[in-house]
Amino acid sequence: MEDKKDIMQIIADANKSVTTGIDSADIEHWVWIHIMGRAYQVPAGLTIMQAMEYAGYKFITSAGCRAGFCGACATMYRKEGEYKLQTAMACQTRVEDGMFLVQIPFAPAQEATYDITKEPYAASTLLEHYPEIARCVACNTCTKACPQDLEVMDYIQDALRGDYKKVAERSFDCIQCGLCAVRCPAEITQFNVGMLARRMYGRYGMTEPEYAKARLTELDQGKYDKEFKKLLAADVEELKKRYAAREREAD
Amino acid sequence: MAELKFIGGYPEYMRELIEKVNSTRAQRKDYTPPAMTPQQREEVLQVHPDFAPGGKRAISIGVNKGDIGPNEVIDLLEAYPLVTPKEIDISNVDYEVDLLIIGGGLAGTAAALWANNEGVATEKILLVNKLRHGDSNSIMAQGGTQAADRANDSPAIHFIDAMGGGHYTNKPDVLKGLVEDAPYIIHWLKEMGTIFDKEPNGDYVERWGGGTCRKRMHACADYTGLEELRVIIDEFRTRGIPVLEHNPVIELLTDGSKVTGVVLWNLETHQYKIVRAKATILATGGFGRLHIRGFPTTNHYGATYDGPVIAYRAGAKLLDTDTVQYHPTGAAYPQQIIGLLLTEKLRSMGAQPVNVDGEAFVFPLEPRDVEASAFIRECYVHDKGIVTPTGMRGVWLDTPMIELKNGPGSTAKAFPGMIRMYKRFDIDMIKDPVLVFPTLHYQNGGVETDPWGCTNLEGLWVAGEVSGGVHGKNRLMGNSTLDCLVYGRRSGMSAAKYLKNGAKFGKLSLDHVDRYVKMLKDAGIKPERKAPIILPEYRGKAVLARMIDL
Repeated sequence: MEDKKDIMQIIADANKSVTTGIDSADIEHWVWIHIMGRAYQVPAGLTIMQAMEYAGYKFITSAGCRAGFCGACATMYRKEGEYKLQTAMACQTRVEDGMFLVQIPFAPAQEATYDITKEPYAASTLLEHYPEIARCVACNTCTKACPQDLEVMDYIQDALRGDYKKVAERSFDCIQCGLCAVRCPAEITQFNVGMLARRMYGRYGMTEPEYAKARLTELDQGKYDKEFKKLLAADVEELKKRYAAREREAD
Repeated sequence: MAELKFIGGYPEYMRELIEKVNSTRAQRKDYTPPAMTPQQREEVLQVHPDFAPGGKRAISIGVNKGDIGPNEVIDLLEAYPLVTPKEIDISNVDYEVDLLIIGGGLAGTAAALWANNEGVATEKILLVNKLRHGDSNSIMAQGGTQAADRANDSPAIHFIDAMGGGHYTNKPDVLKGLVEDAPYIIHWLKEMGTIFDKEPNGDYVERWGGGTCRKRMHACADYTGLEELRVIIDEFRTRGIPVLEHNPVIELLTDGSKVTGVVLWNLETHQYKIVRAKATILATGGFGRLHIRGFPTTNHYGATYDGPVIAYRAGAKLLDTDTVQYHPTGAAYPQQIIGLLLTEKLRSMGAQPVNVDGEAFVFPLEPRDVEASAFIRECYVHDKGIVTPTGMRGVWLDTPMIELKNGPGSTAKAFPGMIRMYKRFDIDMIKDPVLVFPTLHYQNGGVETDPWGCTNLEGLWVAGEVSGGVHGKNRLMGNSTLDCLVYGRRSGMSAAKYLKNGAKFGKLSLDHVDRYVKMLKDAGIKPERKAPIILPEYRGKAVLARMIDL
């Protein structure tokens, strides 16, 4: 058993590499990467983002949540000796020896203007706002570019048919990084098409449960006002009693 | 050291330890350790980073003088401004707006929409962001949003759950606002087009959160924050509300007491700009990137406590500065994802914390501070943690239990984001457990709010994580996205009302900064620290050692 103060120090020491930047003295294995053409030697095993920081880059764009949810760190790379142009999220991808990297911090993308409360829930709505989806040549480049491994081309085909549910399902995990749109030869902004389709499906294709509506009515009618009056007047001892008396509903 | 051999993402020795977890799974399926008594909770909390000795001190100047907080926080409150007032010309105003909103997560975005709904014209609003609109902790929220809408539940029960979880330190009237508005917020999000998880019969899927006695967590797979935020940002964009990205606020402007505007600083061009506003809503989020007590964090890149720093200089009152929320289940392995969040919903659906011997050692859904403490105790007091190749300790989160309890395919349906993250590092969390350890997650306290987001300063509102009061000293799962949306909405409505009642532009000055600098000097604080820090520093030490500013 360790002293409580020591515990905090041990934890802090174990985390140093992720909280304070990397000290090269701690590193055994190295790889070479190329950031916009310049070669840097960086510790093996880091993410692309961590490796660029190690090399001295302080991100002011191309970094957001650092956990794979926000799409800010869209990256393209080619590996030495390979013809394939690949895509990745820099915060979720390990560096590999011989990567040639460039960040894509922004995708110039067209976004339609609409009022979701007035749009007809009709098969043609998506096509009206994004007519370029009809230009899809089914090359599947968008799907190959997607760092979330979504079936992007398939949801564009669903969008053409006005199948909101399918678009919503297939595009749900989209982090809107824009790599699909940047790579698309037909200049479709897939991620915006998905956004509109999901909102339409969420608003018009799904119902609100009756019990949820009933609760809104109860609140409007002030059903809980009396109880809240009591709760706000209660002292800590009374609140503790109420807390202890709670019954947990069945699993 | 010889190169480690990896099997399915884990080195051989960890693979052997996983066998122990596999061998006890069947018997653990029907066994859950009992929830702790209040006394047991007290006891385990002694190893919580908030209570373990060291790490804190009192604020020596300002409104909250004498209050205790983590050193990393006090360091920033006791820091000098980035630029001295003399260096800034505030006589030329670049933007003049009725309502300025600082921060574009769920709280700031909701505030803009509701101010607009309440009559503030789109062109009279400006939303400014440090990074992109949407770069926030909100977008990373996985687990869900609490709302007491089912018949066996009530806002009053939600209130009691949150009050107990917060150790009875929540501001009751602010908490009432949170729980009462919750069902409406779910309704509003649905009307905007948010897709919540549904049961086959059309009911919302509603699950447990740690410390709740009812199932009321509404989720969008494990992308809840992403889905809620992208929907309301899309609404914001289609309304054409003006927005400025990559322009952090480095100082508030006041007329001496009232907040009247801000100084912006363009991250790329380094040009500063002056905004004059009749009303300002601060929605800058939390402080995970301060790495308090050396912990890794779940937070986004910009979570650096800028909001309270600049507000405190202007005289805003802070609340509950002494508590920090550590999420029990941060990733502890592999190295690339240390500190990243594994949603509490994994435990809601049956994933069990398990020690090195394959034993379930704690009730899986204690409030977060208690659960996190139990993990620290298991690793460092009972010495039953698992040591990683980089020397971290952690406990197993037995994720394969989810399929055992909920049937095949249930993990993929509920946790597409998590599965994807681990797959990128060759780990299959459906078949193998994952290693976890507490991670710095949430700023419980902040700038003190009232039930409408008002602060003690005229002209300044707060909403979301930057605020203090609603969660008291410990927040429950699913109450953060809710807080952002409820208090984003309420602050937007309150500011709109203030504007409607004839609020006027005020004189612009940095007098409060001059006064604050004088207090710093009088307290003998040396001018070596400057704040806000805007972004954390992760560059390699070798580069920093040879870097020169030209």
